Amino acid sequence: MSDRRTWLAVNAFVAMLRRDMVVTGREFVPFLMQALIQPLFLLFIFGKVLPGIGLAASNFAALMLPGIVALTGMIAAMQGVTLPLVLDLGFAREIDDRLLSPLPVWWVPLEKVLFAAVRGTIASSVIFPLGWWILGSGYQVRSDRLLMLLGMVILTALVGATIGLLMGTVIKPEQISLMFTLIFTPLLFTGCTYYPWGALRNIRWFQVVVLFNPLTYAAEGLRYSMVPQIGGREFPTLPLVWILIALCTSVVIMFVLGTRTFKKRVVT
Amino acid sequence: MTTPAGTAAIQVRNLVKRYAKSTTNAVDGVSFDVSPGEIFGLLGPNGAGKTTIIGTLTTFIRPTEGTSSIVGFDIVENPIDVKRRIAVVPQQSNLDRSLKVREILTFHAAYHGIPRGQREALADKLLGELGLGERKNEKVSRYSGGMAQRLMIARALMHAPDVLFLDEPTNNLDPQSRLFLWERIRSLNAEGLTILLTTHDMDEADKLCGRIAIMDHGKILVNDTPAELKKLIPGGSVLELRAWAPPSESVRVGAALLPALRAMPGVTKVDEAEPPAPPPEPGTLIYRVYADAANTLIGAAAQAVVSAGAEVRDVSVKQPTLEEVFIFLTGRHLR
Repeated sequence: MSDRRTWLAVNAFVAMLRRDMVVTGREFVPFLMQALIQPLFLLFIFGKVLPGIGLAASNFAALMLPGIVALTGMIAAMQGVTLPLVLDLGFAREIDDRLLSPLPVWWVPLEKVLFAAVRGTIASSVIFPLGWWILGSGYQVRSDRLLMLLGMVILTALVGATIGLLMGTVIKPEQISLMFTLIFTPLLFTGCTYYPWGALRNIRWFQVVVLFNPLTYAAEGLRYSMVPQIGGREFPTLPLVWILIALCTSVVIMFVLGTRTFKKRVVT
Repeated sequence: MTTPAGTAAIQVRNLVKRYAKSTTNAVDGVSFDVSPGEIFGLLGPNGAGKTTIIGTLTTFIRPTEGTSSIVGFDIVENPIDVKRRIAVVPQQSNLDRSLKVREILTFHAAYHGIPRGQREALADKLLGELGLGERKNEKVSRYSGGMAQRLMIARALMHAPDVLFLDEPTNNLDPQSRLFLWERIRSLNAEGLTILLTTHDMDEADKLCGRIAIMDHGKILVNDTPAELKKLIPGGSVLELRAWAPPSESVRVGAALLPALRAMPGVTKVDEAEPPAPPPEPGTLIYRVYADAANTLIGAAAQAVVSAGAEVRDVSVKQPTLEEVFIFLTGRHLR
């Protein structure tokens, strides 16, 4: 591309980001509610009620909080892409205006993914004050891996956004309710959100199954960055290298596949 | 934007589009040129391939064969340059419902790199011109169909395109909005904008277009000015004749009547017309008699019907309209 064309394309891309910011800004409270109601109850039941009535160990909250941060960020990012895209490609076609802008077609899904990742990152971040407020003394987060923590939060949101892109381009409007049952529910419960991966060693087959869920790596990565040392010992998680490889691979594969189906849907 | 002199605004060569899983070509070897400043109409029934041609020229549909260009830019090789120079008003609203009306225009301009001050001023100007200024801060969900249509036109004009595509622009509009839109299309064209529109409304094509391509089954049948197209009717005028015979007799009556009609003076062609919807009474026979002076044949035609043993139900002389041209070319009514 010549300089002029590159400038036009970048300019269009920035304008699209700004459009999404304006729209989300206008719906910020509903957005936060959509993202935070579920973690609010999760934190309360699993972090406060279960330990309070003796059904969970008192340090359960510290192990589960990273899982909730991962889950919230991933779901918020997915929701930022999937539903709008399903409706847009299905019948609304509001995206046409952006597809007719002077930029390569694949930049349009790229913008969607980046902005959804911002939404996921914001949703994840809000879990921290929420956890601090609900869990009280049960809120234990180490503060010496903040940069790693930020990186994990962003990577988790990107994973969610790219999965959302693929789902949004594959699913038809009439399949939306099926999607929630068939995709969200298994994702939710096999993602090591409510239990650390290492604790599954007694159910070996399940320990292997959860490795196919990207959420597992996000939750474990956040545990690595958040769970404090207990008695001078690091809390055991999946090896950091494997976590990073899995998350990055997931982002790349989902984005490539999602962009490919996106192009097929918009240019016939 | 400037265009090199002598470059066609739209050039289409042997365009073919066959959709996956289809056994026929939606567009089947179409070629045409549109010069800068022209209003060019694609006229044809639903499914003729008009929207597919627009989809191809606006980069949403990949051609199976053939080449096309917009102001010299190939639609496959340089889609981004094409997008900078075109604007599209689709059949159905694709307005961004998350934005307010004025923002729809300003963001569209921002996507095309128009600076802020310029796009804000232009948005206000266009909203005023199109009679939407009072309601510019509403969401588009509160807009009527006609207002949404006008807003899509305003949006299309925000980045000063060279070529405007209008897909069935007045379909589903009330008569007042339709007249308003025709007026706008003419004045935009007078300012130099090249316009390609599709329609299945003969009247619209006749009133607006400098040239018209009549399409059917993915092919262009003829491509000329409305006046030239009307000359295609052999003899220049048409007599439509309706007769009735008892259904058991109608085949015999038809066999006798057809040669009698053909034998009338000045007749160039006689067609048995397809029954219109809703279907007429069983036993009704409809003929279209093309002749030099159809108005002089009314008596002879009626006589021929009676001689053949049928009853005359209706005899009328049709002016040469595009509707007649279409029926002449395809043997079918457009709608």
